[in-house]
Amino acid sequence: MANLDIKLKVDASGLSCPLPILKATQGIKTIESGQLMEIVATDPGSVKDFDAWSKATGNALIEQDAADGKFRFVLRRK
Amino acid sequence: MTATAAADKPKKLVIICYSGELEKTWATMILASTAGAMDMETTVFVTFWGLQIFVKDKKRITGENWMQKMMSFMQRPGASHRKLSKMNFMGMGPWMMFKLAKKYNVAKPKELLEMAQAVGVTFLPCQMTMDMFGIKREDLVDGMGEPVGAATALQLMTEADSTLFI
Repeated sequence: MANLDIKLKVDASGLSCPLPILKATQGIKTIESGQLMEIVATDPGSVKDFDAWSKATGNALIEQDAADGKFRFVLRRK
Repeated sequence: MTATAAADKPKKLVIICYSGELEKTWATMILASTAGAMDMETTVFVTFWGLQIFVKDKKRITGENWMQKMMSFMQRPGASHRKLSKMNFMGMGPWMMFKLAKKYNVAKPKELLEMAQAVGVTFLPCQMTMDMFGIKREDLVDGMGEPVGAATALQLMTEADSTLFI
């Protein structure tokens, strides 16, 4: 888990729906297929939303965790 | 890896943006921008009061004749000048909504509109509404599609996976 090669880190802390998803969309377009993006959000709804976004777009959600009110997602661009 | 729904064929969403109130404008913009972000092929057909949202913010009066001008005077056009259907209180309601939106980092309709356009959402103005209110292409925000009519809207709706009337 510590060895993930994160290409891009996006901080969506404090942002409300749907901004974390929109930030993720903007971010993932800047990396290449197969590369990883990490996004951190504080919106509790983002847990289900990132799952839905991943399924809809095909950008795989390869890791997620929550700690201290922060939700972290690692996504691989399709 | 589990199979994802990420289809070979993108899902299609059509939103009929009919109402011009602030809360409904917000709903339209949130869903349109998010649908675009989810790679859904998203088309928003903009008609009746909904078209007022898409008039440039700085445009104060639209229309050719006195009735059209009067109509625009009585309900200021532009995405940033929407009124609430409830609790408008001469603008106090929207003012508080924007204060709260800022406090809780909720994007404003105008910002969401720009983000929706950036993720490829198509906004199609209704030709009939433009004619009736005397609204010209140059009165509308940049990046709108070609004006169309009810038949185009219906055809898009029958081909869509989901349709919303807001």
